[in-house]
Amino acid sequence: MRWLKNKDSLYSVLVLLPSVILIAVFVYGFIGQTVYTSLTDWGKDPSQALSANPQIRFIGLENYRELFTGLVDSRFRQDLVNTIFFTLFFILGCLALGLGLAMILDRGPAGEGFFRTVFLFPMSLSFIVTGTIWRWMLQPAGGVNQLPTVVGLPKGGFAWLTSREQVWQFSWNDLPLYTALVVSAVLMWIGLTAFRGGQRRRGWIAAGSAGLLLLWVLVIGDRLQLLPYDEPHGFNLAFIGIILAAVWQMSGYTMALYLAGLRGIPEELREAARVDGATEWQLYRHIIFPMLAPITLSAMIILGHISLKIFDLIFAMAGADNAPTDVPALLMYLTTFRANQIAKGAAIGTILLILVALVIVPYLYSQLRSEVRR
Amino acid sequence: MNLTLGRILQYVLLLIATLFFLLPVYLVVVTALKEPSAITLQSTWQLPQRWYWESFAQAWNAFLPKLQNSFFLTVIATLLSALLGSINGYVLSKWKFPGANVIFPLMLFGMFIPYQAVLIPLFQFVREIGLGGSLWGLILVHVVYGLPITTLIFRNYYAEIPDELIEASRIDGAGFFGIYGKVVFPLSLPGFVVVIIWQFTQIWNEFLFAVTLVSSPANQPITVALAQLAGGEAVKWNLPMAGALLAALPTLLVYIFLGRYFIRGLLAGSVKG
Repeated sequence: MRWLKNKDSLYSVLVLLPSVILIAVFVYGFIGQTVYTSLTDWGKDPSQALSANPQIRFIGLENYRELFTGLVDSRFRQDLVNTIFFTLFFILGCLALGLGLAMILDRGPAGEGFFRTVFLFPMSLSFIVTGTIWRWMLQPAGGVNQLPTVVGLPKGGFAWLTSREQVWQFSWNDLPLYTALVVSAVLMWIGLTAFRGGQRRRGWIAAGSAGLLLLWVLVIGDRLQLLPYDEPHGFNLAFIGIILAAVWQMSGYTMALYLAGLRGIPEELREAARVDGATEWQLYRHIIFPMLAPITLSAMIILGHISLKIFDLIFAMAGADNAPTDVPALLMYLTTFRANQIAKGAAIGTILLILVALVIVPYLYSQLRSEVRR
Repeated sequence: MNLTLGRILQYVLLLIATLFFLLPVYLVVVTALKEPSAITLQSTWQLPQRWYWESFAQAWNAFLPKLQNSFFLTVIATLLSALLGSINGYVLSKWKFPGANVIFPLMLFGMFIPYQAVLIPLFQFVREIGLGGSLWGLILVHVVYGLPITTLIFRNYYAEIPDELIEASRIDGAGFFGIYGKVVFPLSLPGFVVVIIWQFTQIWNEFLFAVTLVSSPANQPITVALAQLAGGEAVKWNLPMAGALLAALPTLLVYIFLGRYFIRGLLAGSVKG
């Protein structure tokens, strides 16, 4: 490389430098500051919260301890559960609807361009616009509930957005237990595939860790109490409407991804399978779906990080103060800018960042590594 | 026979899906065109008895300053971040220096972070440099957090300009800026279209920064104003619906007329180059 031998290389670095500095400060510097703030008591004393020179003490992980096990912060714990359920159903909905639409469009119906435009247009809208529209659609006594009356049926009675009903409840005290079980299941699966692939060492390590975790569950995990009492959390039915609106907005995206993927599968491959006597279902099951797997993974990650961060849709649909439809991204805003509990808001922001990073960092790593290999 | 049955099923499913996607649009338009007194929950789906265009005039009057704010903010931030992204993409695809493979992913990560994780220091920073509550603060923020995606799109776009072309101009005596000005920039139009459309849509639609960084109603962008209007209880629904249409119109038009580029930006957002 003739790197830095001439002034052109110097220019290239100088030109990039402002952006690098901006990102370094606005992304990494600010993240660092947020993490530090989350370890202080800023805002605990209301008189200090907004003063020009607030007295801030370092209190370590206290804010996090309170969020996960403190008596006053049960709303945050429900929000975490909400965001997980929301993410799960949002991703499933977008993938299923997107794939279905792409499969139909792939068969080249008349007016394909029109349908594609219709399915994708919500993507160009703001979540605020979508939220405003769907808020009106989901008025308990109107909108969707009135829809059956158009064809003469009795109207629906579901309390969209305001329902207080909860299903699939579990006690917060059991959370470490469930987490450990899930992690050990994943580890066992990793071990199993490692054994099958002939990587014995890797297999033993994974299986051993799984065993240790299970042992922990049996011996200690069962007796662990995060809270002195049972605190039930579950899936709030009030979220169904928000999931519906979010799927309405984003399923066009998965459709576009899947359609591009389906169009990329050569016609000869399908022909060859049909000649070999494969039924349409077998063709999809054994050839087409496996080829779409990488797209599914990409879509899951992109949708997952959007849904973990979702804030504006809920703000516009159910309002900021509707507890049954709260999520951490919204609670962070309320905690920081309404309640002036700045350090606790920073802690929620940090937890959100960790959740998103768990999804995004491995993805970026694998994407860029495969790019380098290419 | 079997084929036709499959065809029929296909069109039935398409019809149902189309209904699902277009029913909200129908409801918005119909509600916006009803007299406020004619809007009741029971008659949500009925066509207006009398077409009432006043709501649009009202929404237009109420939202015009916010629409102007949004335009001002979106246009300036979009152009600035597109220019910066272009020059960054040029460096990162044609002047790879040691460490570029570390810097680029570190930049990209900025696209995915939940902004809640930087919001508190950002709020203080913007206030401290004297841009608190102003549109310029918001412009700065959108330019900075737009850098990752604009850089990514341009970097992938410029990767397709053959290195031989760059090499040839270098032999002809062009330097770093000469190559950019005479070779790369003139070839950039499609790249700029994708980036500008993407950024325009994103910034126009953004809400979190707008609601936290801009406190005074005079500087509010349209999304904040709409969210506040729809959140109020006393308001009749014709106004939020007309407002939603106004707020949606610019990005919707962009999508309808430049959809191809919109989708390209969309797919670029999922990193693959």
